[in-house]
Amino acid sequence: MTPTIALSSDAWILLTGAATNVACALVGCFLVLRRMSLMGDALAHAVLPGLVIAFLLSHSLSIVPLFVGAAAVGLLTTFLIQTLHQYARTPTDASMGVVFTSLFALGVVLLKKFVVGHFDVACVYEGSLELVVLSETICGLPRPLFTTCLVLLLNLSVLLLLWKEFQLSSFDPALATTMGLSATAIHYLLMTLVSVTTVASFEAVGSILVVAMLIVPAATAHLLSDRLAAMVAISALVGVLSAVLGFYAAQYWDTNIAGMMTVAAGLLYAVAVFCSPRYGICSTVLNNLKVSLRVVREDLLGMLYRIEELGSARQMTSAEARRAIGGGWLSRLGVAALLRGGHLRRAGECLQLTPRGRTEARQLVRSHRLWETYLVEHLGLPLDHVHEPAHRVEHFISEQMQRELEAEVAAPEQDPHGRQIPD
Amino acid sequence: MAASGRYLRKCTMSTTALEIHDMTVAYQRRPVLWDIDLQIPAGKLVGIVGPNGAGKTTLIKAALGLVPLASGKVEIHGKPYHQQRQAVGYVPQRESVDWDFPVTVRDVVLMGTYGSLGWLRRPGRSEHAIVDRCLQQVGISALANRQIRQLSGGQQQRVFLARALAQDAQLYFLDEPFAGVDAATEAAIFKLLQTMRSAHKTVLVVHHDLQTVRDYFDHVILLNMRLVACGPVETTFTQENLHLTYGGRLTILDEAAEAMRQREPQR
Ligand SMILES: Nc1ncnc2c1ncn2[C@@H]1O[C@H](COP(=O)(O)OP(=O)(O)OP(=O)(O)O)[C@@H](O)[C@H]1O
Ligand SMILES: [Mg+2]
Repeated sequence: MTPTIALSSDAWILLTGAATNVACALVGCFLVLRRMSLMGDALAHAVLPGLVIAFLLSHSLSIVPLFVGAAAVGLLTTFLIQTLHQYARTPTDASMGVVFTSLFALGVVLLKKFVVGHFDVACVYEGSLELVVLSETICGLPRPLFTTCLVLLLNLSVLLLLWKEFQLSSFDPALATTMGLSATAIHYLLMTLVSVTTVASFEAVGSILVVAMLIVPAATAHLLSDRLAAMVAISALVGVLSAVLGFYAAQYWDTNIAGMMTVAAGLLYAVAVFCSPRYGICSTVLNNLKVSLRVVREDLLGMLYRIEELGSARQMTSAEARRAIGGGWLSRLGVAALLRGGHLRRAGECLQLTPRGRTEARQLVRSHRLWETYLVEHLGLPLDHVHEPAHRVEHFISEQMQRELEAEVAAPEQDPHGRQIPD
Repeated sequence: MAASGRYLRKCTMSTTALEIHDMTVAYQRRPVLWDIDLQIPAGKLVGIVGPNGAGKTTLIKAALGLVPLASGKVEIHGKPYHQQRQAVGYVPQRESVDWDFPVTVRDVVLMGTYGSLGWLRRPGRSEHAIVDRCLQQVGISALANRQIRQLSGGQQQRVFLARALAQDAQLYFLDEPFAGVDAATEAAIFKLLQTMRSAHKTVLVVHHDLQTVRDYFDHVILLNMRLVACGPVETTFTQENLHLTYGGRLTILDEAAEAMRQREPQR
């Protein structure tokens, strides 16, 4: 049977993959934020007996009984985990492990005993995104796409309706409860949504990959956002993106599509780890580099200023100057930056301060000497102990701090070594 | 006679902000608070003082209905808590929330208004106006759009206070608002508490610095698994009572608690 809406089979697969990803990401965000990521895994396994019983009772694989079965077992799982934790004092992770494996085992037993032949067990694990177009159609859509769209709408409308309740009870459940917005009720609702979402996704992507779709885009979005709404939106976007990337990669390498979508999500997560503005490795490295470059550049300026100050006619060649501030590619970059910025100019082999460079250098030397004076006067450090710390601090003293230092020290004209402090 | 009795009762009701009757609180049947009996008049700043593990946080949580009572009852302005939710504000210990959560300062303070909104209704312009006012009151307007991890400890504490103010409650429970803040912030918080008192709010504050109790509070609750004393600072915050509070745990209470955990049948 082919869908009544005319789209290529590729388009149907892509749409289904993307819809599944988005539906999962919406609820996944809250699992990640509540540090319950493994609940997704637990529920994805625990719902199996619910599905089997629903099938046995309704004698069909139609959507409604499957959803009801999943929701019921999802609630039961949540309740059991909670109760075991509370009354038997089993740690949450252990009670989770006990409950979901037991329920899953029960499901396997029921499946083998009563329904051999109707369920393709391998399909429950891996899904069959490739076969989407071959499935029956509901409302003109292939069945897996229809179910995921249904769940996507459900998740979306619940979130829109109860946005502030989900936000508050995830951030501060105690406050939510004292305000009469029961955090427990929201918890059960979320778990129901997760159960239904996983079941809806089984057909397309299987019970293992659905866990990745719940967690990975959400975790990626968490790295990239400062607001909850942004996080949810970004996670949905990451979901769509990983569906598209995964689809084409799978075609290219001729392999399992859902698997490739998950790999793509993992790669996007890795990219986020490197590039996130707040926690990213790249931004840390880049930042460190920026600071180092600034220090090198300012050291160069300060050194040239001090040489000028001594009044010697001798000038430094570019190579000498680079060696004096530590050499290496960083010093090369520093010299280049100063030349480009018009702080230095070349006079043959030698480097000279321009008026602009001299002004900046004077401020640096001023900061350095004010700091030395401050250390001697207020911390009572001996003279030979003040150069090093001042050398480190001078790069970070703002104009404002300069003024404060000036007010603090008794003699803001001369540093402790007897040198003049420039204005 | 009966009429005047009722009248009298009504008077005490309106001036008693918090009344705890014979309250025992247990975790997994092991009592951690025994037979607490106390009354707090309205419009006072009240310090809750006791060693670590004394049950200060538990007292607050029990009063707020966050942990079940093994026995006894709690009344807020003469009514049980669930009828008085809007009248009670709560500032938890700072480490009780995830500061990496993707919310800004403004978002967190806005949460204070959720209680009066109730289920489903969304915050609107008037709620945002409340938030602006509360941010200003604690002096963090400039930080409104920061993610909460990017704040210092003292600033985080102020965010919680602003959120409590946004709740616009009559009775407040603050769990260690002075923990890990510098002198300037401490002074600012204390000034805020005084402002709240002059608006006739009742504020209960868990406090660890015994030096400042006399300066900060009108009333004090001395707690160590049981109520040692409760009353005006001048008469209650005495050497003798302090000695009783901090003179070590009462081992007999611990033993009894352990025995109850093991033997008492589960209810
Ligand atoms: N969830 C819990 N389950 C079991 N026992 C608990 C729980 N919370 C607290 N307790 C126990 O109850 C007692 C009182 O704890 P509580 O947190 O109320 O103390 P506190 O006075 O607030 O201490 P602190 O000054 O350290 O904040 C402690 O002995 C603690 O171990
Ligand atoms: Mg405490």
